[in-house]
Amino acid sequence: MLELIVISTLNGLLFGMLLFLLSSGLTVIFSMMGVLNFAHASFYMLGAFFGYQLTKWIGFWPALLLAPLLVGAIGMAVERYGLRNTHKHGHVAELLLTFGLAFAIEEIVAMMWGRSPVDYRVPALLDFPAFTIFSTNYPAYKIFMLAVSILIFVVLLMVLKRTRVGLIVQAALTHPHMVGHLGHNVGRIFMLVFGVGSALAGIAGVIAGPALVTQSDMAAALGPILFVVIVFGGLGSLPGAFIASLVIGLIQTFAVALNGSLASAFGPLDPSAGPSVLTDIWNVTIAQVAPIVPYLLLVIILIVRPMGLMGTRET
Amino acid sequence: MHRLVIAAAAALTIVGGAAFAQETIKFGYIDPLSGGGASVGEGGLKTFQYLADEINAKGGILGRKIEILPLDNKTNPQESLVQAQKAIDAGARFITQGNGSSVAAALSDFVTKNNTRNPGKEVLYFNYAAVDPSLTNEKCSYWHFRWDASSDIKMEALTSYMKDIAAIKKVYLINQDYSFGQSVRADARKMLGAKRPDIQIVGDELHPLLKITDFSPYVAKIKASGADSVVTGNWGQDIALLLKAAADAGLKVNWYTYYAGGAGGPTAIKQTGLDHQVFQITEGFANSGHQPAMDFEKAFRAKVNMSLWYPRAVNEMRMFKAAAEKANSLDPVKVAAALEDLKFEVLDGGEGVMRKDDHQFFQPIYISSFGKLAANEPFDEEGTGWGWHLVSKVDTSKTMVPTTCKMTRP
Repeated sequence: MLELIVISTLNGLLFGMLLFLLSSGLTVIFSMMGVLNFAHASFYMLGAFFGYQLTKWIGFWPALLLAPLLVGAIGMAVERYGLRNTHKHGHVAELLLTFGLAFAIEEIVAMMWGRSPVDYRVPALLDFPAFTIFSTNYPAYKIFMLAVSILIFVVLLMVLKRTRVGLIVQAALTHPHMVGHLGHNVGRIFMLVFGVGSALAGIAGVIAGPALVTQSDMAAALGPILFVVIVFGGLGSLPGAFIASLVIGLIQTFAVALNGSLASAFGPLDPSAGPSVLTDIWNVTIAQVAPIVPYLLLVIILIVRPMGLMGTRET
Repeated sequence: MHRLVIAAAAALTIVGGAAFAQETIKFGYIDPLSGGGASVGEGGLKTFQYLADEINAKGGILGRKIEILPLDNKTNPQESLVQAQKAIDAGARFITQGNGSSVAAALSDFVTKNNTRNPGKEVLYFNYAAVDPSLTNEKCSYWHFRWDASSDIKMEALTSYMKDIAAIKKVYLINQDYSFGQSVRADARKMLGAKRPDIQIVGDELHPLLKITDFSPYVAKIKASGADSVVTGNWGQDIALLLKAAADAGLKVNWYTYYAGGAGGPTAIKQTGLDHQVFQITEGFANSGHQPAMDFEKAFRAKVNMSLWYPRAVNEMRMFKAAAEKANSLDPVKVAAALEDLKFEVLDGGEGVMRKDDHQFFQPIYISSFGKLAANEPFDEEGTGWGWHLVSKVDTSKTMVPTTCKMTRP
């Protein structure tokens, strides 16, 4: 039992940190620009595929550097030539643009790399078990993922809270005209922010690609959960997204580990009642409903605390 | 006047008939070409296209060429019905599908209703991979033919093999949460319980179909249960990811699987280093040793650049041709009648038969293990250098399971 708890905690932390890496970019973009970027998970997928392709050509480590830059560049182009033009038509137009972009990217990726998973492997340097607890190996690569996520969280928070750049970026959100009058190019700031947000998704893609599976529907698989994270954590709050990622990662992992059902807690229903919808519900285990738990959380938090855990504004 | 009309009608029929003869046989392929099942769906499509090319190169069926219509159902029953209607509208009288028994049940139902409502425009449904036993039992249909062994046939063979292995003491079941996964789990419990009552079932997991991106939590659970063997019917990305998570965690158990050979599976097994500890149950495999099958495999790999996952698809298409030629017609009603009790030499050797009672094809079944290749085994998988090795063969006669099917015949 202890073994399961320890391993589940580690797995939960890891999944949570991956979620954070993804949602951090989304949060940064949202808090700066007010754009809910539906294509964010697609940038993550681009990161994974660029990472895969570049790894084949020039090796994993240069790819880890180059692929996010490429994704960032694409993000900037999207902002400059797409979002900036639709901005004047309001948020719905922006939302729809990113929504369409998500589908377009999925199709383009499928066209270029096919719909089957590509053979994207963990770099040889990190392909060994880092340590063994209770005879379960913990791969070094997962520790590396964990370290990168934490590093990015710290760096982001420092940049936003402690540097001049962060100050300007934050000011540009609430008072774009004032920042403009002070001589800063607000358009360029937005473009850079969007680029950085996309690049963060790109990093997540490059490092998660080998650990999970790199294929053309990976964005669609992860997209919905990201929105749960940023709404749960509080729209626009980086620490909120951090906490929410960990909470959701842990909840999901532990839910899988639990076999309990209503039947095991209160005993089976009267068999004379015969099989019905009720017996089915009664016998469903927590593990079976694990995948919907985060969405349940989303619904509850929207009812109880619409601004999310650490959010400051009403949604 | 009257004669003129008859003559005109006859002339029209002849002209129409001639135009019809030149038309291709439209063969609807309805399977996932996007989403989590896309890797297997694409593999199947390439296989059927190859088989159609093969038949066309030899003059087609009754002088007409086969054309495969690829239709993406996203592993979704509702979407499949839309695609099936599209296939029919495009002129297809034969459709094939394999991935997902829930999809198969919906399609079988759809085709049955369609054929009742549109006499003279019947459609046949060839199932090459959906193995839920109910499709040839309580839900059986005259218009549905299955070339894959149903999951209870496979489980019967698998448990017969497992019962003689004394080292198996604790078994963990992990399956996808839908009709097929549930039947694998129920069959495994029932058959293992009957053949080896001393085996303990230490876990019985159901997880959502094609939705999990990381199986580490499930692997942690398997590990904690102390299982020495895992039985799973998982397919598509679910088996690849499950094996991958097991490889990462260093989980050392024996795997008894239906579909470990699908895309990504062999690569993951190689990573685990589980040399000949992953078993698969199939109706044929690359290194079966049967020369015609190995020649086919070689030509197939050279052209399509993948290994043959579906020897049954070869049987399906070749039997389709055989039945049409036996009936001397491409009318689905006549083809269906010709298929009943049709005996056929299968790709991997041995005789199979399409049972009239339930339209289930019976054929020799193999259990193979994945690992380092022996000298007479030329085929590896996914460039791993490892391949499938024969462990056990079950003859056709020993795979015959009873059926409860009571089909309405036209």
